[in-house]
Amino acid sequence: MGTKPTLFKNARLVDPDTGREQTGGLLVRDGVIQDFGPQLAQAADAEVIDCGGHVLAPGLIDMRAFIGEPGGPYRETLKSAGEAAAAGGVTTVVSMPDTSPALDDPAVIDFIVRRARDTSVVNILPAAALTKGLKGEEMAEIGRLKEAGAIAFTDGARSVTNAQVMRRALTYARDFDALIVHHVEDPNLVGQGVMNEGEFASRLGLPGIPREAETIMLERDMRLVRLTGARYHAAMISCADSAEIVRNAKARGLPVTCGVSINHLSLNENDIGDYRTFLKLSPPLRHEDDRQAMIEALADGTIDVIVSDHNPQDVENKRLPFAEAANGAVGLETLLSAALRLVHSDRISLPKILRALSTKPAEILGLPSGRLKVGAPADLILFDPDAPYVLDKRDLKSLSKNSPFDEARLEGQVTITMVAGRIVFDRRSMSQEANV
Amino acid sequence: MHRAKRSLLAASTGSAYSDGFKMTDTPRSVFPHRHLLGIEGLSPLDIQALLDLADQKVEVSRQIEKRKSSLHGRTQINLFFEPSTRTQSSFEIAGKRLGADVMNMAVASSSVKKGETLIDTAATLNAMRPDIIVVRHHAAGAVHLLARKVDCAVVNAGDGAHEHPTQALLDALTIRRNKGRIEGLVVAICGDILHSRVARSNMILLAAMGAQVRLVAPTNLLPPGFARLGFPTFTNMRQGLEGADIVMMLRLQRERMNGSFVPSVKEYFRFYGLDQEKLSYAKPDALVMHPGPMNRGVEISSDVADGAQSLIREQVEMGVAVRMAVLEALASHLPNG
Repeated sequence: MGTKPTLFKNARLVDPDTGREQTGGLLVRDGVIQDFGPQLAQAADAEVIDCGGHVLAPGLIDMRAFIGEPGGPYRETLKSAGEAAAAGGVTTVVSMPDTSPALDDPAVIDFIVRRARDTSVVNILPAAALTKGLKGEEMAEIGRLKEAGAIAFTDGARSVTNAQVMRRALTYARDFDALIVHHVEDPNLVGQGVMNEGEFASRLGLPGIPREAETIMLERDMRLVRLTGARYHAAMISCADSAEIVRNAKARGLPVTCGVSINHLSLNENDIGDYRTFLKLSPPLRHEDDRQAMIEALADGTIDVIVSDHNPQDVENKRLPFAEAANGAVGLETLLSAALRLVHSDRISLPKILRALSTKPAEILGLPSGRLKVGAPADLILFDPDAPYVLDKRDLKSLSKNSPFDEARLEGQVTITMVAGRIVFDRRSMSQEANV
Repeated sequence: MHRAKRSLLAASTGSAYSDGFKMTDTPRSVFPHRHLLGIEGLSPLDIQALLDLADQKVEVSRQIEKRKSSLHGRTQINLFFEPSTRTQSSFEIAGKRLGADVMNMAVASSSVKKGETLIDTAATLNAMRPDIIVVRHHAAGAVHLLARKVDCAVVNAGDGAHEHPTQALLDALTIRRNKGRIEGLVVAICGDILHSRVARSNMILLAAMGAQVRLVAPTNLLPPGFARLGFPTFTNMRQGLEGADIVMMLRLQRERMNGSFVPSVKEYFRFYGLDQEKLSYAKPDALVMHPGPMNRGVEISSDVADGAQSLIREQVEMGVAVRMAVLEALASHLPNG
């Protein structure tokens, strides 16, 4: 590694793995954490950064981001996604295979791995398609794709509706110790639905999506996991009943984990308000009771990870009547700030929320990062959890600006993002530039 | 002639049978079954007797004058509901070498196509008074059903994914002639075990004869529950081949290759195709077998199939000898036999 050693001193070190917090320093050398502790305040050859008592923690690991490369570079490229991630404190991104062509071929995975390495400042790990062409009919080449560098297998925003296909894919994946990530939303029950089914949808005159579209698919998957023994991760759950299903499955010892999107922790269906299409999501935003259940499930460990579900959509796909607009919201840059709302409202502790944003995803994906540990990769973020700001979508580095948090008041912003010992984002230099 | 032949047979295998069968004044058959419907139900002694007899038939088949008369005057019908080239011709040659009148019933031109049920077909054929019917059928259990409805001897030439007893016998004969024994050998059966009658018959036979049988396949191609029968199973082929004396490959049907049970031919060959690299994990003197017909580049590479460790051609020769032995052993139970 050619980079100079870096010493973070006077930091509030938060290790979400152990839950320990301490004030002290952390030394980065050769891309890894070489040492840390309360006594560490000097290192002869290192560049010293005074953290001013702010939080130094492992960089965030986002298990779900849609990137437009290949096929939709106007929405997002690996490069722009990397910049957006770095600005949001995300040091590792799992990219979804919903590209054009879909990531169902070892050669395309190889392309993404190389292109990300060459153009992105953060780690981008491609998840490969679970079925060929994301069609849900024939399983993809899980063994060869894994050899090419696929970190997990998923049909991205789609569900595999055929239970026989899912059973065989899970069985086959188990032989290769591959992780299956599944979007649980039965498209037949979704039908024409565009938002959560209920009173609010009825008042808006929009067709609804019942919670059962999610719970039936999730319950089916729990039974298939029991049958096959495969490692399974439900990409996102959104309602109280789903949390109950996962809770029961875990109690029975099934190898399952699940995620929730930051949007479903932060917003509810009422935020759609006057047909705001940036809040049109899949799964849809649910009732406030469901949001509360998601927060509880996160606090009790039923929900393992928080994802951004970053889904860049250009204006043409969003400036449409609600029912015709595309699903999705960008989220890489607001993931941390939005998650910190739960800390500020005393719903969950800082180490615990960071655990769902770094340590847990690292565990599920089998990565060495996501913890403050000697020898672990120096993927780190420095942030002031109390720094207030109002989000201006023009400041977003993402090529698409469809943020549901536009003009929202947020607290907690990343100052420095480091990947493998290299500073890839530094807000201090930005403000200096602004002052010049 | 026929009677003399039988007693000669009994004498030659007498030692093997002295434990289980008393030799009496009237020499009884070495093979105490009326039909050969499967390996299941055969004792190790039954198997050994058939292999011993087949050994003699190998010698017969290598002579210029191959014709014997132990089935002289007998009628053998090969009733194949599933197309087969090698098994059917192997049975035909075997019957003819023993002097039987062999008739092949092609299903495409038979009344089965006109809607006749299996049992009606059996009754019709039975009325023609055949002595032996050799049956292949796509449904497991069909041969057993047919055997209950006819008076003659029935040989199972493969029923669905259930049994293919003559294939297992010819494989055993090939192994025994090359390794000198079956007992104690490590045999790795690899590939589409789920749909394979060859695998099932071989597992039963080899285990009965004291071999250590392992199964190597992706879990999608392993019948659920076989691991619990005491057969070690491996989803990693290199691990599964480690220390193997015999590597027995199975055919993967085309319709199972593309995303249904396994993702693709490329992926299957990468992880489950037998090439020199994977074969190097087996013992240096390991031998390679395949029941045919082979998919080169799918379950086996050409250099292994045609290489020095391959017994694939020899298996075909042993097939005729084993089928001669089976036909002759069953004929000895026929009325006026």
